[in-house]
Amino acid sequence: MLAVDLLEPFSFQFFRNGLLIATLAGALCGLIGVFVVLRSMSYIGHGLSHAVFGGAALAAVLNINYFIGAGVWGVISGLMIGRVSRKRIIGADAAIGVITTASFAVGLALQARFGQAKQSIDAVLFGNVLGVFTGDILAVAAVGVVSAVVVVLLYRRLLFTTFDPEVAGVSGVNVPGMEAVLMVLLSATILVTVRVIGVLLISALLVLPAVTARLLTNSFGRMLWLSPVLGAVFGGVGMYASWYADVPSGAVIIIAGTIVFIAVYTAAGVRRRARVAGMDHHGPSLRSA
Amino acid sequence: MINTVATAPMVRFDHVSCSYGNGPVIENVDLTIAPGEFVGIVGPSGSGKTTLLRAMLGSVKPVHGSVMRSSGLRVAYVPQIETVDWNFPVTVSEVVAMSRPQRSWWPKLQADEKAEIERVLEHLGLAGLSSRHIRELSGGQQQRVFLARALMQKPDLLVLDEPTAGVDVRTRHEVLHVLADLNESAPDRRDGESGIAIVLTTHDLNGLAAHLPRLICFNRTVVADGAPGDVLKPYFLERTYGAPMEVLQHGGMPVVLEQGSDELRLRLSRRGA
Repeated sequence: MLAVDLLEPFSFQFFRNGLLIATLAGALCGLIGVFVVLRSMSYIGHGLSHAVFGGAALAAVLNINYFIGAGVWGVISGLMIGRVSRKRIIGADAAIGVITTASFAVGLALQARFGQAKQSIDAVLFGNVLGVFTGDILAVAAVGVVSAVVVVLLYRRLLFTTFDPEVAGVSGVNVPGMEAVLMVLLSATILVTVRVIGVLLISALLVLPAVTARLLTNSFGRMLWLSPVLGAVFGGVGMYASWYADVPSGAVIIIAGTIVFIAVYTAAGVRRRARVAGMDHHGPSLRSA
Repeated sequence: MINTVATAPMVRFDHVSCSYGNGPVIENVDLTIAPGEFVGIVGPSGSGKTTLLRAMLGSVKPVHGSVMRSSGLRVAYVPQIETVDWNFPVTVSEVVAMSRPQRSWWPKLQADEKAEIERVLEHLGLAGLSSRHIRELSGGQQQRVFLARALMQKPDLLVLDEPTAGVDVRTRHEVLHVLADLNESAPDRRDGESGIAIVLTTHDLNGLAAHLPRLICFNRTVVADGAPGDVLKPYFLERTYGAPMEVLQHGGMPVVLEQGSDELRLRLSRRGA
């Protein structure tokens, strides 16, 4: 393949926009994904993206701004999840299951009833990197900058709350406050990236960079920069590969991330086995005893 | 003057009852903790020991009575290490530093913070381990990392929930000695100040509780409070644990035995024969 062919997609403005937003969205999901993975919140991320779909569908039908419709709907769903899950008899996972799937079902019903809004609803469901506007890019960039600033400024409190919430609370950290900050950042991340990646794949982009980074480091500080870098690479490479594969970019981004995750996971397993074999070789042997 | 400071309690429980909504977990508790004390709390599972500690820390509010702490009291808490997620990506220095407020906008450790962390780690015999992942340490070292995190808060009172649960005899011995050292003289204590006051819960009557200067038998309320020799008595133990126990003396120390243990041993040895 000639170098000219490799550069061909860059001659299109919509591709350059798509590449930029996919890279930014990957980095943002990578950053927030660290907390999603370490706090076992992946089901909340998955649920919130489905909840946002209901709001996005309503916004499309009523012809109001997506960020307003989906954002308000997402916040109301998040608050309802919090309220229902505090009733211990139900449990957070069941509360998320009920509220978010109900919201998703509302979205599907609206899609079926009002066919004229189908295209914009499909964009939320499956993602549409190539149909992004400057406003979408600015929204992802803005949430990315705010998230990075918040994580840097509140680094120790977020680490303490994530690692050991009980002791953090006793030590004077406002644990509910930190949890609310993380929920707001997660909701905003889903809101601005869901039209790029799609409801059905967003939770994978929240999880893949973070779990891959976790396999590469034992340090929280290093994981916090490694995961966004991996997310950006997944987004950029996946977007670029989708041009040639002629497959929806959201799917290729996730496939690219999954391939890297499998490679790192396999390499980590080989390294672990080599270390154990080395210990067996140098250490006392039970068989000879 | 020093005497006044030494005898004024740091923490006073006055008829304290706590509940999580379904009846009281602890009831009508009266006790005081004075500066420099080393206190063990023993009792069966579900007796409210952890709730007692949480009330002491202020994370559980009493439904009746009051918990008073002396003004400016710095309290640090060491949870059960069995509750720690050992797969969490965090190094020893990250754990120790997290209890200190971030002093600049950038989270990187300042030079003086690094030096302080190294000093505390060295004091606890953990020098050179700051960049290790917490899972790579022995049980005793892991417990000491969480002690180091607590010490970074420069506490007057250190509260530990079952610090020797799930550890082997050697580690238990090691932890007990470290705590005794801190109780006598901790780093950062000023001249004339007593060591850190320590309150811990334990299930280990013979290996830990019997060695402490003050012991509280607890089951929803204080059953007995005093020196181990006065508290580890069959009457108090049966009221605390709801099962008859024998107490022998060995080398001037009480040794608690469950009644009926001879019979059980005989039954099991017959089965093996």
